[in-house]
Amino acid sequence: MASISDIMNKDMRDVYVQALIDEAEGGRNLMVLEADLTNSHNTGAFRDKFPGQFVNCGITEANAVCVAAGLAATGYIPFLNMFACFASRRAFDQFFLSVNYARQNVKIIGSDPGVLSQYNGGSHCALEDIAMMRTVPDLLVLEPSDTVSLYSLTRQLAGYSGPAYMRLHRKGGNAIYGPDEKFELGKGKVLADGTDITLVAAGHILLKAALEARDILAGKGISAAVIDVLTIQPLDKELILAYAAKTKGLVICENASKNGGLSGAISELLCESHPKPIRRIGASDFGEVGTIKTLMQRFGMTSEHIVKAALTL
Amino acid sequence: MLSNQEKSTLVELTRKLRADTIRMMGRCGGGHVGGAMSMMEAAVYLYFHEMNIDKNNLTSADRDRFILSKGHAGPGLYACLCERGFFPREWLETLNQPGSSLPSHCNMHLTPGVDFTTGSLGQGFSVAVGMAFANKRLGRPHRVFVMIGDGESQEGQVWESAFFAAHHGLGNLIAFTDNNKLQLDGITKEILAVEDLVEKWRSFGWNSSRVDGHDFASIDGAVQTAKQSSRPTMIILDTEKSRGFAPGEGSVKNHHVAFDSPKAEAAISTLMSRG
Repeated sequence: MASISDIMNKDMRDVYVQALIDEAEGGRNLMVLEADLTNSHNTGAFRDKFPGQFVNCGITEANAVCVAAGLAATGYIPFLNMFACFASRRAFDQFFLSVNYARQNVKIIGSDPGVLSQYNGGSHCALEDIAMMRTVPDLLVLEPSDTVSLYSLTRQLAGYSGPAYMRLHRKGGNAIYGPDEKFELGKGKVLADGTDITLVAAGHILLKAALEARDILAGKGISAAVIDVLTIQPLDKELILAYAAKTKGLVICENASKNGGLSGAISELLCESHPKPIRRIGASDFGEVGTIKTLMQRFGMTSEHIVKAALTL
Repeated sequence: MLSNQEKSTLVELTRKLRADTIRMMGRCGGGHVGGAMSMMEAAVYLYFHEMNIDKNNLTSADRDRFILSKGHAGPGLYACLCERGFFPREWLETLNQPGSSLPSHCNMHLTPGVDFTTGSLGQGFSVAVGMAFANKRLGRPHRVFVMIGDGESQEGQVWESAFFAAHHGLGNLIAFTDNNKLQLDGITKEILAVEDLVEKWRSFGWNSSRVDGHDFASIDGAVQTAKQSSRPTMIILDTEKSRGFAPGEGSVKNHHVAFDSPKAEAAISTLMSRG
């Protein structure tokens, strides 16, 4: 079993795979499925240790999701890894019906969400996956923000009974949290307290942008709290409402469409329970090719954009 | 091989279960009668002759499975499950009623004995492939049976799973195509031709044969042959859509038919009076 201290500076995908290996070594009846992206996810390390608990389905996303459902119905705990664009857009009906409506214990991992698709460009740039997934009743939707949260939440996910969708930052994304930090499915984390405004972020790159924005705002005499949501559905309502009460407004930061995703979830919560002004950081266009940096600039996701939005609250 | 006695028992049972299906649909104003009628012999063969079901422990997962991928034919399956003892007969009166345990399309969490939730064509087939793959990996002896329609064969997902099942040598998977040659909009070969199905399945690495889907001896022969193979098998059942529901027979518009209880009883009388 891995010690998180030893692996927290590895790529997120390698930490994810290590969590799966540790679960399988602990006796968890996992089946790891790929649809021709084994090399992209580095799940070969799992396959080599547990060949009987791995299957490459080939380029058959619709088939793969339903095969995972059949495996779950027969007692396995399937983890199916796909690029987020395929996990959401391409096989949504299969995931909706054969996994969620049929209540099968399948975990779908959507890798390279949003601008992390980089040079794969607009075809691969899943900006809409959060909005789509959060319409599915009872679906657990996660976005770990660093290697430490990813390792912990992946292991918890293996023991969680029910369908789940987890966004996975594949390359880089190393530690933000200390190795002893504890995480809980359904609970967000306050990374920095604040009294004037609240920055709510999901995922590694937007959480880092929010932390930078907090420092810039501090220089302007504004005290900003930073919340890492980690679980997008079900939302940690108690935490969000506490900061809605405590600060004068929220900036919601996601590596996704600003329409219908995390911003949608928080807007709905606040409108019904505690109306407060919000500003939304996210895309409202189709994706493009580019580096993470240029795409964050293009879609208004940088710390400067967050600061600018915060100053209008 | 089926004895004459077994055959005549299955034939009479099929007639009864067709009547049950027509009656339950008539109570709620109609239904997907065409495809429920056409698959009936195969369903009866599975539930009353072939499948390993422990009648003292019907809810046990430790048995063969049947996935009705053409989930709209659910009422035909419900007639079989009820007769097999999975739920009380009164339930048949509740088809599609609010809060019913018998919805138009199969739901494993509502209906005892339904092995998977279906309704979006192609998906149940892939789920069955996943179950067969799981059984093989786990070394379980159980078989997985699955039924698709000829129209359903137009779904690309079916052929993704055809690759998968052949690649993994799923000899524990026995599939049927209810080849009634009609789909919702009309004649399959005029809308999007799927034949030659046997050739296509063989070219994907499956065993495949074509049999009379209304003849128990033919179905039995094909299934017993399939059980000897280390490869998956697709049995093309040549069938007649709406077989046994006279108002729909010979029509190209018999996928979903609106009819009430008096019309159902008239159709049942016709069915019962046939030789």
